[in-house]
Amino acid sequence: MHLRRCIALFSLILASTAVAFAGPVPSLETRVANLESAVKSAQSAGDNAWMLVSAALVLMMTGPGLALFYGGLVRRKNVLGTMMHSFILMAVVTVLWAVVGYSLAFGEGSPIIGDLRYLFLNGVGAAPNADYAATIPQQTFMVYQLMFAIITPALISGAFAERMKFSAMLLFTVLWAFVVYFPLAHMVWGKGGLLNAFLGGKIPCFDFAGGTVVHISSGVSALVCALYLGKRQGYQSEVMKPHNLVLSVIGACLLWVGWFGFNAGSALAASALATSAFVATHFATASAALGWTIAEWLHNGKPSVLGAISGAVAGLVAITPASGFVAPFPALLIGLVAGVACFFMVTAVKSKFGYDDTLDAFGVHGAGGTIGAILTGVFATSAVNDGLKDASGKVLGLGLIDGHPGQVLNQVIGVLISWGFAIVGTLIILKICDLVLGVRVSSDEEREGLDLSMHGEEGYNFEA
Amino acid sequence: MKKIEAIIQPHKLEDVKEALKAIGVDGMTITEVRGHGRQKGHKEIYRGMEYQVDLLPKMKLELVVGDPRADEVIRTIVSSARTGKIGDGKVFVYDVADAIRIRNEDRGDSAI
Repeated sequence: MHLRRCIALFSLILASTAVAFAGPVPSLETRVANLESAVKSAQSAGDNAWMLVSAALVLMMTGPGLALFYGGLVRRKNVLGTMMHSFILMAVVTVLWAVVGYSLAFGEGSPIIGDLRYLFLNGVGAAPNADYAATIPQQTFMVYQLMFAIITPALISGAFAERMKFSAMLLFTVLWAFVVYFPLAHMVWGKGGLLNAFLGGKIPCFDFAGGTVVHISSGVSALVCALYLGKRQGYQSEVMKPHNLVLSVIGACLLWVGWFGFNAGSALAASALATSAFVATHFATASAALGWTIAEWLHNGKPSVLGAISGAVAGLVAITPASGFVAPFPALLIGLVAGVACFFMVTAVKSKFGYDDTLDAFGVHGAGGTIGAILTGVFATSAVNDGLKDASGKVLGLGLIDGHPGQVLNQVIGVLISWGFAIVGTLIILKICDLVLGVRVSSDEEREGLDLSMHGEEGYNFEA
Repeated sequence: MKKIEAIIQPHKLEDVKEALKAIGVDGMTITEVRGHGRQKGHKEIYRGMEYQVDLLPKMKLELVVGDPRADEVIRTIVSSARTGKIGDGKVFVYDVADAIRIRNEDRGDSAI
């Protein structure tokens, strides 16, 4: 009975469909063209959805991720000032990027810097830019890359926390974006950039998500800042414990999650490559957290929570350039090396040289980024990323394990260029900021804390 | 009137409160404080920076009682706060000149 009623209903639907399509049948060519366009827009919808989510994830790394991570590590009198370093850059760099930054980084110009074709985002709209990402609007690509430009200078703030003037910090960041970030981003990712392995660079360097552009540049600049500004008053004689590690743990966890947007998003599509980068990122982070923890446990007798989260960040940093090039097990290895190495950087090396890199921006990002960039040259494989092809379309091997040892040298050159740019650029900018505004707060302002002396507020109000 | 000020281990606070309640003392003021006597502190390490932490968390308990009850209250605090280890804390006793209840301006013993 039931079955018969179903059959009746089905024939009714068939009949009405036939009536609906009773008009002239379109030609095969039209139908194929319609189908192709439907497939294209379906792929674009999928890719665009993932890229917009990725962009939001990367912004979440700066605020609240980095703001909480750094904010918890400083003393309570500097918590707002430190969080402000991250937050205000979400505004400052955005404006810079819209006006000229995107063009200087991604306009096709010289091997060192882009041209002004995208000034005021001219021509950056719904149409994809096939050189960078053929399936998403160029505007999506633009806003995704913006989030990288925001977090990079925010990372540097870890080195000058608790003692830099707010006005000088703003000027420094603006100049730094022009002198260091835009050129490096162009060299590594821009079309025709000197180090761009996939778009005609002279020295082909692999940097999937920003090991050189983001982490070496910020980490090395951080070291220069720490040396230039000098130590905080009372460094190594007064107690300077993190005022709230709970904030830092929350911040580190947000960084870990946000980093999936940073690395897997760098596939610029919701593709299998994005999955591979996601997995590599997660694996390296896990093994780096364990590496730091075990090293610290053996060395100091106790596994600290600060150590575990610092290790995780070191792993995220180190896997960044490698994430879209390496298989899961090399990723585990890269993480482990970075976790242990960065532990010794922030403990043994920092205390041996005595510089005050307040929140270890150099020890984690400079060192982790350098290790990651070089190991990318070792473990990059065409089994993961078949994007590099010769003129005949044959897929080329990538790193040492693909039988291409020369790539390690390319990576080293890329690292050296990044270090050089960061050191020279930052030194010149600091000198300018110092002459114009003075970079360091007065001794009284430093004692009082940046929250009150720079911003006229306190993070924790007893009487409220 | 006597003011009794006891600095005790934080984890003994509940025991002391219960013991005081049992003998009918129902008012006190408690502050979280830090300090140390002969007790040694501990070491904390943050990314290789080592700190010797001497000032340890303690609870300060303050209460004012009439002279006849002072000894009993002190004995109760001491016996309920004791673990027998270094760091158990101390009790200080002061004479109080006067006490005023803000609500109705009662004075002296009737204000406490």
